[in-house]
Formats: sequence, C-alpha cells, structure tokens
Amino acid sequence: MTEKEISKQTKHKTPSDKASLAAKPESKLEEIQAKHERKTILMQGNEAVAYGALDAGVNFFAGYPITPSTEIAEILAAELPKRNGVFVQMEDELASICTIIGASLAGAKALTATSGPGFSLMQEGIGFAKITETPCVVVDVQRVGPSTGMPTSPAQGDMMQSKWGSHGDSPAIVLYPDSVKESYELTIRAVNLSEKYRTCVILLLDEVIAHMREAVCLPDIANVKIINRIKPTVPPQWYKHYDENQKYLSPLASFGEGYRFHVTGLTHDSHGFPTNKPGEAAEMMERLRKKISYNIRDLVQIESYQMEDAKIAIFAAGISSRAAKAAIASARAEGIKVGLLRPLTIWPFPDDAVRKMLRNVDTVIVPELNQGQLIHEVERLTKGKSDGGLIPINKVSSELITPNEILNKIKEVC
Amino acid sequence: MANIPQRIVHEYLRHDKKFPHVWCAGCSNGIVLGAIIRAVASLNIDRNDIVMVSGIGCSSRMPVYVDFNTLHTLHGRSIAFATGVKLHKPHLKVIVVTGDGDCAAIGGNHLIHAARRNIDLKVVMINNNIYGMTGGQCSPTTPHNAYATTAPYGNIEPDFDICNLAMGAGATFVARTTAFHVQEMQSMIKEALQHPGFSLIEVVSACPVIYGRLNKKGGAAQMLKDFRDNSLPLAAVEKLPPEKVEGKIIRGILRKEIRPEFTAEYAALCKRVQTERGE
Repeated sequence: MTEKEISKQTKHKTPSDKASLAAKPESKLEEIQAKHERKTILMQGNEAVAYGALDAGVNFFAGYPITPSTEIAEILAAELPKRNGVFVQMEDELASICTIIGASLAGAKALTATSGPGFSLMQEGIGFAKITETPCVVVDVQRVGPSTGMPTSPAQGDMMQSKWGSHGDSPAIVLYPDSVKESYELTIRAVNLSEKYRTCVILLLDEVIAHMREAVCLPDIANVKIINRIKPTVPPQWYKHYDENQKYLSPLASFGEGYRFHVTGLTHDSHGFPTNKPGEAAEMMERLRKKISYNIRDLVQIESYQMEDAKIAIFAAGISSRAAKAAIASARAEGIKVGLLRPLTIWPFPDDAVRKMLRNVDTVIVPELNQGQLIHEVERLTKGKSDGGLIPINKVSSELITPNEILNKIKEVC
Repeated sequence: MANIPQRIVHEYLRHDKKFPHVWCAGCSNGIVLGAIIRAVASLNIDRNDIVMVSGIGCSSRMPVYVDFNTLHTLHGRSIAFATGVKLHKPHLKVIVVTGDGDCAAIGGNHLIHAARRNIDLKVVMINNNIYGMTGGQCSPTTPHNAYATTAPYGNIEPDFDICNLAMGAGATFVARTTAFHVQEMQSMIKEALQHPGFSLIEVVSACPVIYGRLNKKGGAAQMLKDFRDNSLPLAAVEKLPPEKVEGKIIRGILRKEIRPEFTAEYAALCKRVQTERGE
C-alpha cells in the first residue's frame, strides 16, 4: 500500500465513523455486557478509551469538543448517566481540566479528552493537578500542529509537551498505546496510575489509532485490575494532605469527609498550607520528583520485539512502531537482523531499556511523526558513542511513515 | 443574629496556623470573611459540608484562613473547579470567593456559563476596582477616568457592571452591597446560601493602599464612608429621579427567581435514562 493510500484510508474513516456513532446511541459495551462473556468486537481507538475509562471506574468526565478526540466525549455522554456518573460539556478546555480536578478532590475518578490546541490550554491545570497531587487523566489524541494545524491528520508532536507543557519542573507519567486494544488497556492503566501516584496521567493517542477500527476482545470486567486511591485512616486532626512518611504515596481524603484540608497551587508544606520557607519548598519539589523516579520499575513499560539478535534497532512509539514491525518482517525475510524497542510509557523515559539497546546494536533508527523529539532522549543516553549510529526518520506532512521508508533506511545502514 | 456568640468568627478561623494574614491594613476582605462566617454559623451548616473555592488575587487568599474544605486554585478558574466539586457531591455547599479581575476578566467565561447552567454555587465577588495583588493595574471594573498603574493617564475603557452581566447570563440570585453595609452583606449571603441556584453577590470594597492611594480616595475609613454616602438601596432608587441615581452604587437583591438548577437537572436526567432503560 502506498503512503497516499494509507493516508486516504485514515482520512475517509473519520466522517463515516462519526455518522455510525450518531446513528447508534446504544453502545457496544452494553451489547457485550448483556452477555455474560465479552466477545471479540470491532471498535475504534476512541471507543476503546471510553470503554477503558468506564471499566477503570471513571465516574466523571468534563470536556470540550475537539477533533479527533470527540467520540470519547460522545460515548461517555451516553454512558455515564446510566451509571450515575457525571458528564458535563464545559465552555472550554481551561474549564474542563479544572472541573475534573475539582471533581477528583471531591472523590471522583475523573478524566478528560482533547487534542493539541485543547491540550495546550489545559497545561496550567495539569500543573495544578501535579503540584496539588490530585489524580486525574488527560487523553490527548494528537493531531498535526502547531496551532490549528491539520485537525484530522496524525502527528506525534506532543511528546515533549506532554512532559514539559506546564511551566516549572513537573515529573510526568505519559502512556502511549500502539493499537485499539492497547488503548483500552492503557486507559485503565492511566486511571490506575493516577490514583496510585496522585497525579495527572496523560494518555497520548495517535489520530490514526483513535479512528482506526480493530477487532478487540475486551477482558471480562471481573479480570480488570482496578487501583483506587488510598483513603486516610487517621482522625482528621492527624491528617496530612501530603504525608511525607508514606513513600511519597500518601492517603488522600476527599472534600466532605470531615478532613477539611487546604489545597493550593502555591508551593506548600505537608499539610497543604502555602510556604515561603526554602526548606519546605525544596522538600515539596523533591517529593514530586521522587514519587516518579523512585518508582520507575512500576511505571515504565516497554515492548522488546525481535531484539535478541538484532544489530539494528528501531525505537518507535504508537503508530510509527506498527510501520516498524512491518518493515522488520520484510528485512528479516532478507536476513537483516533488526528489532524494535517500543515504549508504552514515554515519560518517565525508559532509560535502562534504551541503554541496554544501545549496548547491543550498532544503529538505532528513530521514526517519529514530528521533527525529532524522542530521538533527543535516545541521544542523551548515547554518551561516549558516536551519534553516527542514530538515524531519524521524520514526517510532519499529515502522512504516516510507511514500512517501505523504514525498510529503505534499514537497507541503507546494514 | 442575637443568638450567635460574639466571637463566633474565631471558631471558624485557622488561627493557630495561618495568621497573620496577607491583607493590607484597611482592606475590606476581612469584613467579607466575617460576614460569610456569620452567615454560615447562623444557618448551622456543618462546616464539613462547606467547600470554599477561590482563584488568584487578594480576595482569593481567603480560603486558607478559614476552617472549611478549602481550595485555592488558578487565576480565573475558581468557578470551573467549584463546578467539579458541586457536580460530584451536590449536597456540599460550594462558596466561591473571587475578585473583580479573577471573576470578570480572566474568569469571565466561566462566570457566564455557570450562571447560564444555574449551578448552585455561591459566588461572592469582592470588587475593589483594581488588581491589588500585582500592585494596582487596571481591572474590568476600574471606573472610567480612574487611575491605575497601567492607566497612568486615566482609564479610557468603560467599566463592567458585573451584576448586570450575571443577570444577562441567567444567574437566579444577584445582589450588590458594599463593605460598609455589613449586616446587609451578611443577610444577603445567608439568603444566597438558602437559594437553590447560581448566586452572585458583588461586594464593593475598599482597597485604600492601592486603589485609594492612586485615586486620592482618602484612607480606609473615608472610603467606607463614601460607600455609605454614595450608595442607594434598590427600594429608594425606584422613587428617585434618574439624575439622583447617576453614579451611585445600587444596593440590594437585584434578582431572585427560581429556575431549574443544574445538579438537580442532571440527577433527573440520570433517573430518566435509567428508568427508560429499565422498562
């Protein structure tokens, strides 16, 4: 299939998908839940995110319409009222992020979904969720940027924004699926991690995955692992909103439970009250950093594909990794030893896995639908090595990187 | 209010933790806080059921001093955060404390949409006609020709009437008073707390240190006296010729009406959806 054909296909899918959704308000989830066992069904990435959110226990959604994420809101608008959850369409994305944080502080499992322009607007709120350690999930279905860009076309341009988008240092947890099924799984994981680590977790989705339909067998709901925030067991007078004695994963009370705590976006002490003391400020920042960096093993997920004997590695996330897998199949057929390292967690960056990869291969190819973002993280770990072995493939034209383009690059270097 | 002990305010303050406060001498914010606390106390509302939400600015520093559930948020976004709290736990009383810049400039969009939804939030907007926290810049309520650090030659923009804006957007309880009229303020807050719907109370307040100084308004006491002398109760306005009303602060409950409230409507929607499915 040529590049044009692929891009045409993805473009054609969007309107027809929307039409079918509008025509069928009754959800597939209902259909499958009616039967005791869930069976394989065809669904979009955006649908998988919505059903993943529901299975993870999300009971609050506030959002603002934006292509290519809108189906997530549409499905949740139909589903949440059925189970006493809240769906509210806000006046903008600034309100959306703030509303889900407010809901989370009142005890909700809250999520919003958006795309580049909305994601930009949400950054201040994301910073607030991080400094106040309030669980929430933001799904960013990426589209071509900057600015309005190309609303219905795929790009992987928000890799860095998802980590550095809000001002100041704020460690990030960002997950990145490569398929519809994984969109479901990582949505659940995003909600779980947000509850466990008390932070805003970001799920990055490719536009193509959001709108692509694949056959998915959802697990039986009984087999879905759910993590809920730890609730305090101490009496209110002993409660600390940020308890430093709990391995940085401290219990979280909700408004209306008698704890009467204070939450502020100002730098605060362990009770949550604002502070100007350098010692307490440093302690708060260290706490935010350590709760991520001390738990790398729990947070980082990677897929290592045919890497055992590889001399050439491809490092790619999301949809670009699927083109890479096709290229690997062709290259292997010709006897070229090439493999793929795919991060399912892009932040925190999988440093150890990348270091191991760099030790074992001569060349790393990094295909990305941007002008070069994750490649700099790989480069950071090439210490001492010549960077001649690091080869980018970039595209920001609205088209995907094709298997052939990757295959040609493999052949050039082998 | 005779049945309330004199020092009731002290019982609600986090005095062991967060004092002295950040407000300047002569600031009206403390007067408003006192009125809110006395209104809450007079209604015997459990303080565990009160969430006080604010944005950024002088008035928005209020929540930290008071022993409710308190949430000090981002500039302009207090109403959005409060919407989340209220929608998830509709039984909570959610009070938003905000200023003229926070509420009417950067947060104007949230104000009008919350008013349109008629969500049961109690917004107390303390209007000191200026950005105090950042040192005296022009706000949407800085009067025409008044001075601010960013209007050194006088403000050429017309100012916003926030009560009119809220009424236009659909708020169902709208009232205005001044920092001088403490009893009136307290009873308005009390009435708003009992009103099922979006409520906005504008408190015209004194910022003697910044607004007063830039505009030669005299000290705090003089500014409060001016509020007394330059304001009219709504009932009096109706009887006066227009020229006597010109330039006066009109006090009173400007609107009180009952319209379906958002969280109640949402609960009804859930019930309807679930019943239809059950059949």
